[in-house]
Amino acid sequence: MSEAVSHDSHHDDHGPAKGLTRWLFTTNHKDIGTLYLIFSLIMFFTGGAMALIIRAELFQPGLQFVDPHFFNQLTTMHALLMVFGAVMPAFVGLANWLLPMMIGAPDMALPRMNNWSFWILPFAFAMLISTLFMQGGGPAGGWTLYPPLVLQTGDAFPFMIFAIHLMGISSIMGSINVIVTILNMRAPGMTLLKMPLFVWTWLITAYLLLAVMPVLAGAVTMLLTDKYFGTSFFLGAGGGDPVLFQHIFWFFGHPEVYIMILPAFGVVSQIIPTFARKPLFGYEAMVYATATIAFLSFIVWAHHMFTSGMPIAGQMFFMFATMLIAIPTAVKVFNWTATMWRGEMTFETPMLFAVAFVILFTIGGFSGLMLAIVPADYQYHDTYFVVAHFHYVLVPGAVFSIMAATYYWLPKWTGKMYNETLGKTHFWLSMIGVNVLFFPQHFLGLAGMPRRIPDYAIQFADFNMVSSIGALIFGFSQLFFVWVIIDCVRNGKQATSQVWEGAEGLEWTLPSPAPYHSFETAPEIK
Amino acid sequence: MAHAANDSYYVPHGSHWPLVGSVGLFTMLAGAANWLNGSSIGVYMLAIGALTIIYMVFGWFGTVIRESEAGIYNDDVDISFRMGMMWFIFSEIMFFAVFFGVLFYARTISIPWLGGDSNNFFTNTLLWENFTAEWPTNGPGNMGGEFEPMPPWPLPTLNTIILLTSGATITAAHHAIKAGHRSLLTTFLGLTWVLGFIFMACQAYEYYEAYAHLNLTLSSGMYGATFFMLTGFHGLHVTIGAIILLVIWLRCLKGHFTPEHHFGFEAAAWYWHFVDVVWLGLYIFVYWL
Repeated sequence: MSEAVSHDSHHDDHGPAKGLTRWLFTTNHKDIGTLYLIFSLIMFFTGGAMALIIRAELFQPGLQFVDPHFFNQLTTMHALLMVFGAVMPAFVGLANWLLPMMIGAPDMALPRMNNWSFWILPFAFAMLISTLFMQGGGPAGGWTLYPPLVLQTGDAFPFMIFAIHLMGISSIMGSINVIVTILNMRAPGMTLLKMPLFVWTWLITAYLLLAVMPVLAGAVTMLLTDKYFGTSFFLGAGGGDPVLFQHIFWFFGHPEVYIMILPAFGVVSQIIPTFARKPLFGYEAMVYATATIAFLSFIVWAHHMFTSGMPIAGQMFFMFATMLIAIPTAVKVFNWTATMWRGEMTFETPMLFAVAFVILFTIGGFSGLMLAIVPADYQYHDTYFVVAHFHYVLVPGAVFSIMAATYYWLPKWTGKMYNETLGKTHFWLSMIGVNVLFFPQHFLGLAGMPRRIPDYAIQFADFNMVSSIGALIFGFSQLFFVWVIIDCVRNGKQATSQVWEGAEGLEWTLPSPAPYHSFETAPEIK
Repeated sequence: MAHAANDSYYVPHGSHWPLVGSVGLFTMLAGAANWLNGSSIGVYMLAIGALTIIYMVFGWFGTVIRESEAGIYNDDVDISFRMGMMWFIFSEIMFFAVFFGVLFYARTISIPWLGGDSNNFFTNTLLWENFTAEWPTNGPGNMGGEFEPMPPWPLPTLNTIILLTSGATITAAHHAIKAGHRSLLTTFLGLTWVLGFIFMACQAYEYYEAYAHLNLTLSSGMYGATFFMLTGFHGLHVTIGAIILLVIWLRCLKGHFTPEHHFGFEAAAWYWHFVDVVWLGLYIFVYWL
C-alpha cells in the first residue's frame, strides 16, 4: 500500500464503536458473524423448546399437554425456526467470520448490505413467532406449506408469507455478498483451487441460495394471491393444481436441504485434516463432488412427492437421479475416512464432533437412499422414518458440524481456549442424546407411525418414550454448550494464534483473538 | 477516479440505513398483512413503511453516490458492485422463471390432465365431466365467468416495439457516455425512461381494457392468474427500472459519471435489458402462443 493511502482509507482503523450502535450499525464481518451466531443460538433454543414440548406430548399415548391444533403449530414453527432461523443463519455467521480470514480479505465485499442481511432476520422472526398469538393461532399446515391445507390458516397467514419473504431477501443479499467476496476479494495468489474447502462449499451454497430463494418467494406469493386475490394457481377448478405447489416448493426445497449440509461438509473438511495431521485426501475430488451434489440437487425434487401421483416415467427419473447423489456423497465420506487413515489422530472436541458427523450423517444418507426407492417410499412416506432420516442429516449432521466449528474456531474468535473436559462432556451427552432421540424413530416409522400426530396407537408407546428421553438429554445438554462458551470467554486460557498443532490456513496466521479488521494488507499466498 | 490516492478496498463505517430499511420493510409488510386481515390500521402502516423504505433508498444511495463521486472506490470495489448486480439479476431471473414454469406446467400438464390426458381419465369423467382441455382457459369451474383473452395486437405489439426501441436508445446512450458526448447521452437516456413510462401507460390501459371489456381478471382461472402475475411483476420491474433510469438521467444532468467510470449507469442499463428480455418471453408465451 502506498503512503498516500493511509489517510483516506485507514480512517476506520480504530476498533469497534461503543455501545449498542456497534451492533446495530456495524459493517464489520466479525461483528455481523457474531450477531448471526447468537441469533442462531436463540432460534435453536426457541425451536428446541418447541421440540421438547412435542416430545413431552409424545412421551406416552393420549393427549397430555397440548391440544392437537397447537401441536400442529408447534411442528410447523419448530421446522421453520430450525431451518431458516437456526441452521442457515449459523452457517452464514460462520461464513461471515471465516471467509475474509480464509481468503486474506479485509472484510466482506459489500459491508453495508451485510448488515442489512442480518438485521432483516430479527424482524422476520418476530413477525413469524408473533403469529402464535394471533386469532386462529400460528401456521399449522407443516413447514412445506402445502395448499389447500395451508390456505385454512387464520390471521397468521399473511404474516407467515411476508416473514418468509423477509427471510428470502436476507438470504439473497447474504448470498450475493458471499459470492462476490469469494470471487473478488481473494488475496493475490489464492487461486480457486487453493481455497479452503469451507470457502468452496460456501461459494456453491450461495449459488444454490440465489437460484432457489426467489423460487420460494414466487411460490408463497402465489399462495397469497390464491387466498386473497382470487387466483387459482393451486385450484383445479381454475385449471391449476395443488401438486404444482409441491413441485415448486421442492424445486426450492431440495437444493435447500443441501444449502444446510454443504457448508457442514466444508467445516468437517477443515477440521479432520487438522486433527489427523494430514492434508485433506482428494481435495479436488471434494470440490467436484460438491459441485456435482449441487447440480444434482436441481433434478431430484419430485422424490418428495412419489405418493402425490406422477407418471411412472417421472418416478423412475427422480428415483435414479436421487440415487446418483450417493456417488459424490460417497466420494466425500471416503475422502474424510482416507484423510484419517494412518493419521496421527487426536480427539479434541471439534474432532469428536467431526467424526460423529461423518458416521451419523452417513446413517442419514443411507436412510435417504432407502427413501429414494419408489416402491419402498410408498411405505415410508409421511412416517417417522422420514422424520428420523432428515433429523439424522440435520442434527448430528448440520448441527454437529456447527458445534464442531464453534469449538474449532472459538479460540480464534475469543482468544481463549475452552475447557476440553467440559467440551468433551458436552459432546458425549449430545452424542448419546441424539441417537437415543432419533434412532428409535426409524423403528417407529417402519412400524407405520405417521408423522405430525399428537397421539398414536398403543404399540408405538415404548420407542416413543425412549425417543422422548433422548430428547430431554439432548435438549438440556445444549444448555451445557452455552455454559462451555461462557466459561471459555470468562476463564479460558490465552490461546495461541496457531491454536491447533495441525491447523493450516490463513486464519491461523492472525493473532487470537483475530484483530477487528482482518487482512488490510493482502497476505502472500505460497 | 483518483487511483493513486486510493488503492485499498473501501470498507465503510457503521451505517444506520440498513436498520432503517429493516424497520421500513417490517412496517410495510406487517401493514400489508393487517390490511389483508381487514384491519383498519393496515393501510396506514403500509404507507408509513413504504415511505420509510423510500427514505432509506434516498439516504443509502445518496451516501454511495457521494462516496463514488469523491473517488474513494477503487477498481476492486467497482468489480464487487458489478458482480453484485449480475448475481442480483440472476436471482430476478429465477423469480420470473417460477411464473413461466407455472404457465408451462398449466399448459402442458395440469390442464390436459383435467381434460383426461395421460392416466387421468377418471379425473375428467368423475370430477369435471364436460371439460375439454384448451388454452386459454379459466378452468373447468369457469372461474371468474366467461372472458376473452388479451390479443397480441395492437397494444402488446406496440409495447414490444416501445421496449425494444428503449433498448436501442439506452445502448446509444451508453456509446455516448463512453465517447463523452454528454448532450447525446442525456437525450438518449431521457428518451429511454420516457419510453419506459409510455410502456407503463399502455400497460395500464391494457389492464383497464381487460377488466372493463374482456372480463379478464386475476380471478379468470389459470389464464387470468398467469397473465396478470407475469405481466404485473414485469410491469413492476419496468416501473422500478424506469425510476432508476430517471435517477441516472438526473445524475447525468448534474455531471456525474465519466467515460471510464459509470457503473451506476451500466447497472441501470443491465437491469433495463433484463426487463426487456423478460418482456420478449412474455410477448411470445403469454400473448402469442
